[in-house]
Amino acid sequence: MEGAGRAAFTDWFERLALLLVWAATIALFGYLRPDSFLTWSNFATILGSQSVIVVVALGLIVPLTAGDYDLSIASNLTFAGTVLAVLNVNHGLSIGVSIAAALAVGLAIGLVNGFFVLYFRMNSLIVTMGVGTFAHGLTLWLGDQQTISGVSEALVDAVIVRRFLGVPLGFYYALIVCAILWYLLSYSTVGRRLLFVGRGREVARLSGIAVDRVRLGSFVSSGLMGAIAGVLYVGTTGAADPSSGLTFLLPAFAAAFLGATTISPGRFNPWGAMISVYFLVTGITGLSILGVSTFVQDLFYGGALVIAVTLSQIVRGREERLA
Amino acid sequence: MAVALGRASEAGPGDAAQADFPVLRVERLSKSFGGARALDEVSFTVRHGEVHGLLGQNGSGKSTVIKILSGFHEPDGKPAIEIDGRPLPLPVSISSLRVHGVSFVHQHLGLLPSLTVLENLLLSDFAAETRWFVDWRAEAKRARELFERYEIKLDPLVSLSNLTPVERAQLAIVRAFDELGREKHGTHPRGLLVLDEPTPFLPARDVASLFRLIREIVADGASVIFVSHDIDEVLEITDRATVLRDGRVAGSFETCAMSKADIIRLIVGQHVDLEALRPAPRSFSAPSIVISELKGGILEPFSASLSPGEVVGLTGLIGSGYDEVIYRLYGAVPAEGGALEIDGASTDIAGQMPQRSIALGCVLIPGDRLGSGAIAGLSVTENISQPVLGRVSRAWALSDAALSRNAAGLAGRFDVRPRDPTKLFGSLSGGNQQKVLLAKWLQTRPRLILLDEPTQGVDVGARAQVFSAIAEAAKEGAAALCASSDHEQLTAICDRVFIFNRGRVVKELVGAQINKSAIAEACYKIH
Repeated sequence: MEGAGRAAFTDWFERLALLLVWAATIALFGYLRPDSFLTWSNFATILGSQSVIVVVALGLIVPLTAGDYDLSIASNLTFAGTVLAVLNVNHGLSIGVSIAAALAVGLAIGLVNGFFVLYFRMNSLIVTMGVGTFAHGLTLWLGDQQTISGVSEALVDAVIVRRFLGVPLGFYYALIVCAILWYLLSYSTVGRRLLFVGRGREVARLSGIAVDRVRLGSFVSSGLMGAIAGVLYVGTTGAADPSSGLTFLLPAFAAAFLGATTISPGRFNPWGAMISVYFLVTGITGLSILGVSTFVQDLFYGGALVIAVTLSQIVRGREERLA
Repeated sequence: MAVALGRASEAGPGDAAQADFPVLRVERLSKSFGGARALDEVSFTVRHGEVHGLLGQNGSGKSTVIKILSGFHEPDGKPAIEIDGRPLPLPVSISSLRVHGVSFVHQHLGLLPSLTVLENLLLSDFAAETRWFVDWRAEAKRARELFERYEIKLDPLVSLSNLTPVERAQLAIVRAFDELGREKHGTHPRGLLVLDEPTPFLPARDVASLFRLIREIVADGASVIFVSHDIDEVLEITDRATVLRDGRVAGSFETCAMSKADIIRLIVGQHVDLEALRPAPRSFSAPSIVISELKGGILEPFSASLSPGEVVGLTGLIGSGYDEVIYRLYGAVPAEGGALEIDGASTDIAGQMPQRSIALGCVLIPGDRLGSGAIAGLSVTENISQPVLGRVSRAWALSDAALSRNAAGLAGRFDVRPRDPTKLFGSLSGGNQQKVLLAKWLQTRPRLILLDEPTQGVDVGARAQVFSAIAEAAKEGAAALCASSDHEQLTAICDRVFIFNRGRVVKELVGAQINKSAIAEACYKIH
């Protein structure tokens, strides 16, 4: 009985470990820099500014659960953002139409990824890397390699200016996406199908799951999420930068894998990914407030990705040893 | 199935001295995992030039013995393991195994499918020594000679993925034997080959050819430990055997002095007679399932009608196509044509897909449980509820409680052990995995159950439970098609048996005509 209690405690500890580490990080920087770090406006900024990476990380989780990679998601983000800005600024289309076009672009990229992976039976890693680079080329061409500024104030208002409880609305959009994804992955048959396809394609197929349709759906959904992130990014900065969005790919992967070590360890899960994004950015913000140079960002994200994958490998390995 | 040996053992000098020692002596081997005692003072010996069987149910400790011998586990206490009278340092290391002349063929063979036969053959050499120049032509020549010597028809330069399962097993065994030969340092010319369940994935015909290879290897001076749970195989190939039960030695004996019932009694501790389960001939109502003109691969158009409650066996030699029927019928492998009628509703089988089959009430319980049946890293609950998610709960609002309740109920009904359905599927024994798969599909109340080797890798105790689960479903009106190369199993459960040869049915046995020898005779008859 005592052993069972201890096992349950260990289990809970593992689920919540990252939250505890996050809290400890906040406490540490709060202790070191109480007046600049431990302020609500600092936290509100962190919460609001990272909503783009949160959505990218959430977008990655869907194909990762189904056993595929989507490396095109960040170029998809900048492409969708550039399309939005070109239509809205250069062609004077309404912001609503421009957003719809940006989302359609994301869906199209997802379809292209899915088509090459599924029709020609190619590795998703290679296909999405190629498609992503291609989309980046299109972005530079379309936007003439310039940052396009002057996007409708309405979008900037709705994402970063207007606040609820002091936090920009962009954060709540990411929160809503996270909640929807969490519900679908945990409480719908669609989520279970993704999981089965990711863990064993042949088992899934023989169990009557339309494997190709599920995988296509996962690429289309990550395409859509990439575009949503692109719209949020334009809303955050008020402009479409053709390249800076690309740097979100690595933090998002780091967060997706780190998230898979927490909340429900061993599985890619939305809450874990969202917490990981904020944990990582808390560390970086804290270090930069301490005056550490900007290269720390690369150290932090790169290191986190490798450590997160190591940890999830250990969790997986333990499951297999139990087996 | 007797095999004549064309080659006499070439005795060399020094044999007489070594014959005094057994090739392997294991004394007082114990091992505990956590609180559970897996091995308790296990002792046995393997004599020179014998095939020694190691038998026992799942969990009896036979795989722990092998894992200690191969250095995967460290034994508890101070046991003694001697090879040819020389103590083997514990824990066992790979290099000391090479020096002592012990090599292993594990169930999964340890071959790499994307490499060539020759590369696979040289794999362990490359692992053990560094060479800066590999003379591929000379190596290929040597490989051809080796294959020729053991009458194996293999081209060293083809990719392993082109090999049939039995050819892969042959390659793995020859490779292991070849490793023994490479370590001829004068003192250990003969060596010990450990075959850890090499046969469960092979049909009967192929097992015979493996046995011929094993006998030739023994004639060339090796001794063999043959780990198995198949009593017929042990009776056929081994000279002596040791039975483990609950981590202890239940008995060691000369195989020829034992009957099958004697061995089963040692294995399970009580007497289980499978053939006694055989149903009395019954009469059936009008057919509910009509298969017409199923074509594909080697299959010539196959037609059959099944009545509700009828269990029909499909068997034959390997390559005869009997096992293709169910996979093509289900849409797991595409069929070229044919129709399947269930309760009057007819569908075209060309382009059949699993999801359509399931919708029609036709389910498949595949032979490859981990590769095709269920996902090892997911829980029993997750695996078992997959086909009924939307029925047990709501598709867009799944309830964990409802799914667990359903899984726990099924685990109880099908006697899945341990009872806890949150356990990972992969942590269950073969028999319990099969019960989970049966539960997964039988809960959908299918009209037609397709089974491939339903008791392969299932221990004796769980077999009866698998059979009764099938019988139970049949009683509720399902018909079953069971592809199997296990004639005893077909005898135990089938009302009718089709025997295949070169893609067509050559014999149909009904009711009282069905028995092991009648099936075997029909299989091996030349048509």
